[in-house]
Amino acid sequence: MLQETGRKYLRSGVLPHMWCSGCGIGIMMGALLRSFEELEYKNKDIVVVTGIGCTGKLDDYVTTNALHGTHGRALAFATGIKAFKPDLKVVVLMGDGDCVTIGGNHFIHAARRNIDLTAIVVNNFNFGMTGGQASGTTSGGKITSTTLYGNPENDIDISALACVAGANYVARITPYHGWELKQYIKEGLMKKGFSLIEMISPCPTNYGKYNKMENPLQMLRWLKEKGVSSEDYARLGESEKDEYFVIGKLCDRDIPDFNTRYEEIRVRALSS
Amino acid sequence: MKQEVRLIQGNEAIAEGAIYAGSRFYAGYPITPSSEIMSECAKIMPKVGGIFIQMEDEIGSIAAVVGAALAGAKAFTATSGPGFSLMQENLGVAIAGEVPCVVVDVQRCGPSSGAATKPGQADVMQIRWGRHGDQSIIALCPSTVAECFLLTIQAFNFAEKFRTPVILATDEVVAHERQNFAIPAPGDIPVVNRKPPTVSPEKYRPFDAEEDGIAPLAVYGSEYVFHISSSMSGPDGVTNSKPDNIQWKVDQLNRKFEIHRNEIVLTKSYDTDDMDVLLIAYGATTGASRAAALEARKNGIKAGVLQLVTIWPFPDKEVEMLAKRVKSVMVVEMNYAGQVAGEVQKVIGSHVELKRFNKYNGQNISPRDILAAL
Ligand code: SF4
Repeated sequence: MLQETGRKYLRSGVLPHMWCSGCGIGIMMGALLRSFEELEYKNKDIVVVTGIGCTGKLDDYVTTNALHGTHGRALAFATGIKAFKPDLKVVVLMGDGDCVTIGGNHFIHAARRNIDLTAIVVNNFNFGMTGGQASGTTSGGKITSTTLYGNPENDIDISALACVAGANYVARITPYHGWELKQYIKEGLMKKGFSLIEMISPCPTNYGKYNKMENPLQMLRWLKEKGVSSEDYARLGESEKDEYFVIGKLCDRDIPDFNTRYEEIRVRALSS
Repeated sequence: MKQEVRLIQGNEAIAEGAIYAGSRFYAGYPITPSSEIMSECAKIMPKVGGIFIQMEDEIGSIAAVVGAALAGAKAFTATSGPGFSLMQENLGVAIAGEVPCVVVDVQRCGPSSGAATKPGQADVMQIRWGRHGDQSIIALCPSTVAECFLLTIQAFNFAEKFRTPVILATDEVVAHERQNFAIPAPGDIPVVNRKPPTVSPEKYRPFDAEEDGIAPLAVYGSEYVFHISSSMSGPDGVTNSKPDNIQWKVDQLNRKFEIHRNEIVLTKSYDTDDMDVLLIAYGATTGASRAAALEARKNGIKAGVLQLVTIWPFPDKEVEMLAKRVKSVMVVEMNYAGQVAGEVQKVIGSHVELKRFNKYNGQNISPRDILAAL
């Protein structure tokens, strides 16, 4: 059987990419482009929307339509595109800085609005591009370039937030789990309504450096070990839970999306 | 067909003007004194096949407008000072990406939260320079209900023709004053649509300007696949920070306004043929200035009025031409610093006496105020 490569969605002459060796972003890009191919999407029907940061550079590599916006606002740009042209497949790529640090408000409301976007968040617990500063997902006590003596703040659980805010589909995975990563992205793309795929990702260059995991392999092993099923997570002692995270599908429902409900509004407006 | 005359306010006229111009997308966040534009759009858009979406803030509103415009919509939003401040960064995306859209700024008394229900005209410089980096923009200033309607259409026409965001800068007085107005029949006022690509999809690059300085803009979802970026990018829309590319990009963003300057700059003059004193006004201060000029003539002062319909690009030639013929010029505006007066000063130099009439207490300027200052 021929394996999909996603090659036709990759601009020519752009490799090698700009991400550090051992970074998870390239693996996510591979899974995304292969998902497009497996779902037989056409370039013209896809819009990739990005913000700012290491993940925000991804639009430079694709042959689809793209909009590279501002830090934290990718979801809002994407909302305008999707609301006006519901037939487009709109994919929003963000890091944890983009998604829940500067852009948290848009994230909550995109999920609440249940607009039919597929958001992929590369969560590596810090700002990679600007030199490893703490983000909204850096856990308490962790070391970054702006929390040199330990982070005095708590972290946000991106997936849990999306679930309670109203997303139709939420899954969390790591680049170690390549097959599941692609599977979840595909499910997210096919799901009507807001879908979120959170990829817990290695940033050996910054987060790893500050937290004794400078070696990319060390970081990948750490992800493999700490990402556990919800059943295994439930069996952990309370003190251990902070060090682990649940991987898998966390939420899957079919509440009508924004555009479907807006169609009903149009009918009501016309008859009023 | 005779059109029905209705008593409507400036804000309603703006919503009606947008629909007339073909706008089918509004994203916004409520703020006094602009909110009636939003509620009108909430009422009308779903009935005319358009989208109305209430966003989580003004940052999201302008972002959604940019997204929708790239998907093919004539899109707009409306706000006031505090919201306009929040929009600046993403307005920069619209400028860099040459994305046609309209932003209505109903100016209120500031600074900061200020006095939300009271008028001001202190956003003139923010409209021009509120964003970081080298860029230019168009801003139009209606002074009556009819102008609210007509200049909204003009704003969309300029946006589409010149691939740029256009600011419709009104104020609380113009927004809420009610006047009789008959909405023109469809077709009576020209409506302009963006120039579509003429090359084949494989050859299309979203920033390849034609001779007129304007690059055709495709829409997402068509056969033309394209890339728009807030980062410094080349004619193909892809990141490019080489010095010659940066220079080309910044030139392209600014030059189109220079090429089409005479088409964009709109002014109206009243009683300027035999005047000794020139009053310069815009938005709400226009009506009071005209009334004051008429009254002054009764008292033997030959006053004329220049209304700046376009405030950006600044009508320097028009000001210069009229200022040459008078002994003194007075700029009438609702701000402390004399934001337009400063621009007038640059143009007229020290040859003509420049008086500034500034009121910034949240009250509209009355003809009596101006007469006393004359
Ligand atoms: S800094 Fe971190 S997130 Fe950025 S490319 Fe390098 S490893 Fe990846």
